[in-house]
Amino acid sequence: MKYVDEFRSGELAKNISAKIKAAVDPERSYNLMEFCGGHTHAIFRYGIQDLMPDNIHFIHGPGCPVCVLPTSRIDQALYLLEHNDIILCSYGDLLRVPATDGKSLLKAKAGGSDVRMVYSTQDALKIARDNPDREVLFFAIGFETTTPASAIAIQQAADEGLKNFTLFCNHVLTPAAIQNILESPEVREIGSVSIDGFFGPSHVSAIIGSRPYEFFAEEFQRPVVIAGFEPLDVMQSTLMLIHQINEDRFEVENEYGRVVTRDGNQKAQKLVAETFELRPLFEWRGLGEVPYSALRIREKYKVFDSEQRFNIPKLHSKEIKGCECPTILRGAKRPTDCKLFGTVCFPENPMGSCMVSSEGACAAYWSYGRFRE
Amino acid sequence: MPQPRNIYNRPLDLKNGTIDMSHGSGGRAMAQLIEKLFIRYFDNELLRQGDDQATFNIPSGRMSISTDGHVISPLFFPGGDIGSLSIHGTLNDVSMSGANPLYLSAGFIIEEGFPLADLERIVKSMGEAARDAGVAVVTGDTKVVERGKGDGVFITTTAVGTIPEGVNISGNRATPGDCILVSGTIGDHGVAILSSRENLEFETTLQSDSAALHTLIAKMVKRVPNIHCLRDPTRGGVATTLNEISQQSKVGMRIEENQLPIHPAVHAACELLGLDPLYVANEGKLICICAEENAPTLLELMRSDPLGREAAIIGEVTKDPNSFVEMNTTLGGSRIIDWLVGEQLPRIC
Repeated sequence: MKYVDEFRSGELAKNISAKIKAAVDPERSYNLMEFCGGHTHAIFRYGIQDLMPDNIHFIHGPGCPVCVLPTSRIDQALYLLEHNDIILCSYGDLLRVPATDGKSLLKAKAGGSDVRMVYSTQDALKIARDNPDREVLFFAIGFETTTPASAIAIQQAADEGLKNFTLFCNHVLTPAAIQNILESPEVREIGSVSIDGFFGPSHVSAIIGSRPYEFFAEEFQRPVVIAGFEPLDVMQSTLMLIHQINEDRFEVENEYGRVVTRDGNQKAQKLVAETFELRPLFEWRGLGEVPYSALRIREKYKVFDSEQRFNIPKLHSKEIKGCECPTILRGAKRPTDCKLFGTVCFPENPMGSCMVSSEGACAAYWSYGRFRE
Repeated sequence: MPQPRNIYNRPLDLKNGTIDMSHGSGGRAMAQLIEKLFIRYFDNELLRQGDDQATFNIPSGRMSISTDGHVISPLFFPGGDIGSLSIHGTLNDVSMSGANPLYLSAGFIIEEGFPLADLERIVKSMGEAARDAGVAVVTGDTKVVERGKGDGVFITTTAVGTIPEGVNISGNRATPGDCILVSGTIGDHGVAILSSRENLEFETTLQSDSAALHTLIAKMVKRVPNIHCLRDPTRGGVATTLNEISQQSKVGMRIEENQLPIHPAVHAACELLGLDPLYVANEGKLICICAEENAPTLLELMRSDPLGREAAIIGEVTKDPNSFVEMNTTLGGSRIIDWLVGEQLPRIC
């Protein structure tokens, strides 16, 4: 397939692999965090680690939308389903994420709740139009990549005067999460996690541009290379990071120039800014409460805000005991460090969110390479 | 001369009529439905006997039997429908033992209110599929469930067949060193179904590969009676089938990503939806595992048949106590190919 196969070529991979092997300093190790689950997925799916020298370590970051969603938000969605006659629409991955007491949206669906998997916010709008006498709630999650689609849905609903559509906003922001990781004691003080460089997000950066990372590179003195999701993108970006690290540079470089610009997609940014505003505090699984790290719907569109339309109580959510998802999401532990991994926690029966999505570090470890560890 | 009395009070309205509870009650309406629809399209001597069962002589040797419930949504899709699928799927299951299928049975569970026109379209398509395959539907059953208790129509079919002398095909016979062949492009059926799902319509010229493979299999076992394993990679796709066989035979497998035949439209749709073609269903493909020396013969034979034109050798059976299926990626790395977990769900990013 054109524009895809070119970025998966074995020949080119061999070339880059040779360059990486020639460039690394054998006396040191390189700890590179890929923020995005998309990169984690690519590393495992294409077997990129096999083409790397032993002293390159990929540390899997928190950039998997379903992984960082706190249990409490799914508990709240389940509460809504239980207490209201609603149609809940959600992207596929989210359905299997475990909530308190082993519940999940998928189990709620099996129990008779009207939960529907959709591919886009447009599907949810259509369901709302087709069911005018029922409340349709879209469970919106994701980083800056999926936020513009939610903004469009809200604006369309407003234009059409849809009375039965609301959006449960759980959109989160990448820069705030990266900053939180870099400021965490594990990285800053204890030094138990050393991160020498970052792969910058690809789809997120298509929206926000490369400019927002300039602050981190400077402030935390870590190189950032914005990398595409194809395997050769990841390899080329690895080489670029190695060069920066070897030369003591900490710049923002853009490997994914075919899509990402410095300023990003300004039309999308404007749309998002019109529709959403910053939330002072939002809970992330793994990172805890992070200030100004998420969005909520602006007052102007409050009739489309599920949190305004429905009474959503604060619930006492429980995480599974022993689940290391939070630490794994910060890159401080590997999936194999978790006692539950592969003993009671499998993709068929996930205990934590990282085992759910194929972008989650645990699911990727288990599904693509469990025997190597 | 007086005409024989029409025992039915009113004609079956195949244009605008719908199924009601009386069509499953065992009374006149049911008899009428059977005569006007099922016997009409399945017509054969055994069925026409009108008994509650079909009786026939059996040849000597080993027989093979398989049953399959079909609950597909949507009922009609590019390249087929639930009717043709219910014939192909079961014939394939029975013939993956190397058997020549002899007879079919069909059980219908129909939801009250289901349009008779749709039912006729399905039964007609089943009749055609059975006739094309040369295997008759010789007995059947009809039940009607109340509205809301079914999803239009469910069809369960059973097939029996005879296995030629000297053929012993089973999922437990894969041996290290064996070659793994696939009879053509993978994932066509699943993607064709997805493309016609209500919430996901996308335009593609892709058709389901739904087809009965027993004629191809008959040729294969005739040429190479010692084929070790045959299986159709339906739900769960090629990845799941290979894992099943690995487990059954207590061996490992190594496949080559760049040898997998994948239709460009399937490749594109999977990229778009975040799916892996290895896990997408097929309804007209088979996986064949045989000794290395037989692989070139079988490959050539498969490619000379329209049902196997794009056949390929995709890998080999290895010795592995963990029964892992591994794949060498086009990039030059390797990874595990695991079982399908739950349903393949699209990724968000």
